[in-house]
Amino acid sequence: MSNQNRTIYGGKVNREKPINFIFNGKSYIGYQGDTLASALLANDVHLIGRSFKYHRARGILTAGSEEPNAIVQLGLGARTEPNIRATEVELYEGLEASSQNCWPSVNFDIGAMNNFLSRIFPAGFYYKTFKWPPSMWLFYEHFIRKAAGLGQSPTAKNPDRYEQKFYYTDITIVGGGISGLLAALGAGRSGCKVLLIDENPELGGYLLDYNFSINEKDGKKWLKKIIDELNDLANVVILKRTTAMGYYDYNYLTALEKVTNHHAEFSSTLPRERYWRIRSKKVILAQGAFERPLVFADNDRPGIMMASAGQKYLSRYGVLPGKSVVLFTNNDHAYLTAFEFVEKGAKVTVVDTRDLLNARISEKCKSLNITVFKSYSVIKTYGDKKVNRIEIQQVDKNTNKLTGEVENILTDCVLMSGGWNPAVQLFSQSRGKLKYDLKINTFVPDKIIENQKIIGSNNGQFNLQENLNESFEAGIAAANELNFNSVEKVNWTGKEEIEFTHSDIEPYMLGKKKVTKGSKHFIDFQNDVTAADIFLAQREGYISVEHTKRYTTTGMGTDQGKTSNVNALALMSHIHNKPVDEIGHTTFRPPYAPQTIGAIAGRSVDKLFEPERKTSMHEWHVENKAVFEDVGQWKRPYYFPQNKEDIHQAVKRECLAVRNSLGILDASTLGKIDLQGPDAAKFLNMIYTNAWSKLEIGSCRYGLMCNEHGMIFDDGVTSRLGENHYHMTTTTGGAARVMSWLEEFLQTEWLDMKVFCTSVTEQWAVLSISGPNSREFLKDLTNIDLSKENFPFMKFREGEVCGVKARVFRISFTGELSYEVNVPARYGRYVWEKFMEHGKKYNITPYGTETMHVLRAEKGFIIVGQDTDGSVTPSDMNMDWIVSKKKEDFLGKRSFTRPDTARHDRKKFVGLLVNDKKTILPEGSHIVEKALKQPPMKMLGHVTSSYYSPTLGYPIALAMLKDGFSKMGEQVVVPLMNGKIIEATVTDTIFYDKEGKRNNE
Amino acid sequence: MFIINCPYCGERDQTEFTCHGEAHIARPDNPSEISDEEWGRYLFFRENPKGTHFERWTHDHGCRRWFNVMRDTVTDQIIKTYKMGEAKPEISNE
Repeated sequence: MSNQNRTIYGGKVNREKPINFIFNGKSYIGYQGDTLASALLANDVHLIGRSFKYHRARGILTAGSEEPNAIVQLGLGARTEPNIRATEVELYEGLEASSQNCWPSVNFDIGAMNNFLSRIFPAGFYYKTFKWPPSMWLFYEHFIRKAAGLGQSPTAKNPDRYEQKFYYTDITIVGGGISGLLAALGAGRSGCKVLLIDENPELGGYLLDYNFSINEKDGKKWLKKIIDELNDLANVVILKRTTAMGYYDYNYLTALEKVTNHHAEFSSTLPRERYWRIRSKKVILAQGAFERPLVFADNDRPGIMMASAGQKYLSRYGVLPGKSVVLFTNNDHAYLTAFEFVEKGAKVTVVDTRDLLNARISEKCKSLNITVFKSYSVIKTYGDKKVNRIEIQQVDKNTNKLTGEVENILTDCVLMSGGWNPAVQLFSQSRGKLKYDLKINTFVPDKIIENQKIIGSNNGQFNLQENLNESFEAGIAAANELNFNSVEKVNWTGKEEIEFTHSDIEPYMLGKKKVTKGSKHFIDFQNDVTAADIFLAQREGYISVEHTKRYTTTGMGTDQGKTSNVNALALMSHIHNKPVDEIGHTTFRPPYAPQTIGAIAGRSVDKLFEPERKTSMHEWHVENKAVFEDVGQWKRPYYFPQNKEDIHQAVKRECLAVRNSLGILDASTLGKIDLQGPDAAKFLNMIYTNAWSKLEIGSCRYGLMCNEHGMIFDDGVTSRLGENHYHMTTTTGGAARVMSWLEEFLQTEWLDMKVFCTSVTEQWAVLSISGPNSREFLKDLTNIDLSKENFPFMKFREGEVCGVKARVFRISFTGELSYEVNVPARYGRYVWEKFMEHGKKYNITPYGTETMHVLRAEKGFIIVGQDTDGSVTPSDMNMDWIVSKKKEDFLGKRSFTRPDTARHDRKKFVGLLVNDKKTILPEGSHIVEKALKQPPMKMLGHVTSSYYSPTLGYPIALAMLKDGFSKMGEQVVVPLMNGKIIEATVTDTIFYDKEGKRNNE
Repeated sequence: MFIINCPYCGERDQTEFTCHGEAHIARPDNPSEISDEEWGRYLFFRENPKGTHFERWTHDHGCRRWFNVMRDTVTDQIIKTYKMGEAKPEISNE
């Protein structure tokens, strides 16, 4: 039998449009307009999942985003989503969902034995049991995570597309219930730009489910007119199925719009979700409130739900969740639901915690044959996979104790109502302060920080009549404050059959029966936290609300305690006999509800995750089979394998080609900064450690930059192009950092210096040719006189290369005769190809960054960021030669004489040669005083660079070694991860051509 | 996330800016003549007030200019932004 719990008439589902869906492998039929939860209830499916820790049978508690119990695994394959609230899932054709945290099935779940073992699983069980030894935690955790579970993440890549939208507006209104709608209308009529956000597929909120009248006429029709007008206002944008997730400084909100989640078909044009980043001048919060559960023994069985949820299933979906219904309440308003259930054919019994009852309600109950137990409490429930019986007992108002006979009621559905908690999560995220309202026994907004208003039940105001006019006026006022014209106020008279008044609710949230062993009074349904756990935490000294939360994990589930937090605090207040205000509350943080990480990433995935920077010769490298390496955002050729060469063979061939004939490197990625201005030389004197005043036009000089702590942070060659014109180069990765560094001092310290800095990194393609044949090679292609006399080492010349205007720098990072040819970027590939063609007779060999590293290491040239790490001075690197003694001041100078930087036993830059002449020390290896069987060993330093040198035929390494300069020729030991101990000899850092003859050729 | 009023470009989102810590710490004119302690004070010592704080910011993804921001660290309210070289504003006691 299908839809056996559907009422004969009523509800807003479209009974003409049946929808097939599958839950736990079984097919069911629901209707268009159903949620997964309402469709399951209609088909008499109450057991939805197993609880987190005890694997207890759980059903559907609520009908909205606060749902802690009915969370399911939705969808299949790569698009599957865990922990989805069945109460929010709109039914679509072919939907497939399954229960979580149960094995082998939700009906027969092995893990349920945890429930019987629960006396050994109190709060803090894991902390206490798996504490020792500390190193074993990772091992235990693996099993604990498996047993205490939520859903499964998809293992395949998500095929969906997610989008982001940046949005600016005058007023953002969160919540499309009556308050939000009327505020939007007030502001909208004033003409300002309004964004109205609501998480449901339909606007109207609470009023969609309850009967009410406006000016003594049917309220539903009035509501429709309001919504129609809003839809017609061009300045009002309405976002449905959109949840405001975060509320940050300066009215910055994030919201997640479900665009196609509820579609049966995968959309090729629309994203699955859209992540909104909203900035508004004013925010109006109108999120409403959540009904609060009552705490009694075994209050978690399927069939026990919030009264407002029962109301919604009945009136919106035409689903009667039970036929013999008990309403357990501490307030008047919930009686509306009792009346509604009777009208739709259910037998209703009311258990009311209060002894006095409004006469009108009493009379109506009598006329509807509703038995009311006044001053009673539900003390226990029974039923395996669904509630079937409850026990109730009278509460003595004077002693506050249970008294009299225990009475039994057979039931198939318990509706509970403990009052309402305003949804203050976003308000609190916006740093608004809360206060405890003793009349309605919950936290309500107190002090507002942002440019914001909070209205309606979100502000603790539940009376319909008052909300109508106040909300509309709040919208007008907000627009007024933004200088929009006033519009006329309207007086509506709104009535519900039972009005909400503060005096109708009793401060009563807990079942009166003493917390007993054997049954569980759940506070936090999702994380399986019971009243006993809260008691335990207090006994064990976790008294601060933040400690109680973390120790018991109350409020830490995916529902973030929307139904549980206030009850936990009320219980703590009861235990300590202190007002709730003094207990305080934990901090609300974004996101308000679980959100897809994919939506936060948006389009910034895969290729679009980070920009790729490519040189103008890049495509040539690709065509010639280069293997690439990422250097910052740049793609640089790592090596160019020929035939079936591996990296070692390729690098060896490339190295020898440079040393013996001619190599070519794409050095375009090198940072390049154009400096101009009359104070450029003065500026360079402050930025670099060496002196620049006497550098002649047409000359190049190597420079080191230090920060004010005296530590090396970049290096490069700077050339003087003209009287007041310099060309600076930086490391590839440091280009942006150096540019900022220069600007910082020009803009904040030396405002009077006349220097302009312009980044020209991408304007020039740089072809670095290196090797003994480079002069012979280049002279046929240029009009520049390359003779040794007229173009010596460390000089710069301008001229034409391959017919293209070029700047040629005679500088060398390989130790060989080298020319760095700079041509405008758009000619890069053209000149490169000419070089390759003309270079054939010299066996011109393109090489990558690995060969560049080996060649420079053979020469002992440092790489900033590899051999240095931000904690070494020029002196540590044996580079005192580049530190001016004459200059009065430059950045970093003063710090060289600080006692710690001047220390002699600092780590110093040395060379290492392994004694066996074959082991390549792994970079990062520790150099120790004495090798022991296991750490700790006394460290003397570490290896910074290490390669096999094809030129020399044995490995070389560079290292930072404590007091290294006085250890030349000494032996050190390097223990490797594999247990081997390698001996090495300390040397200087130049392994090849110590006199530096080759680059001076 | 703040809205920052760049003195050169106007109001922009915080994502366009970078904060560089406390403002109005002048580099000593004569580093070689001052003591280690004075140098250390320039390098390492920073205010960490609860209340009004003066900070240097750059509009990196905009005009790339440096400027100063007067911000309340409690409320995160930006009280004033002003150009480099302009005098440090008075802190009012309101």
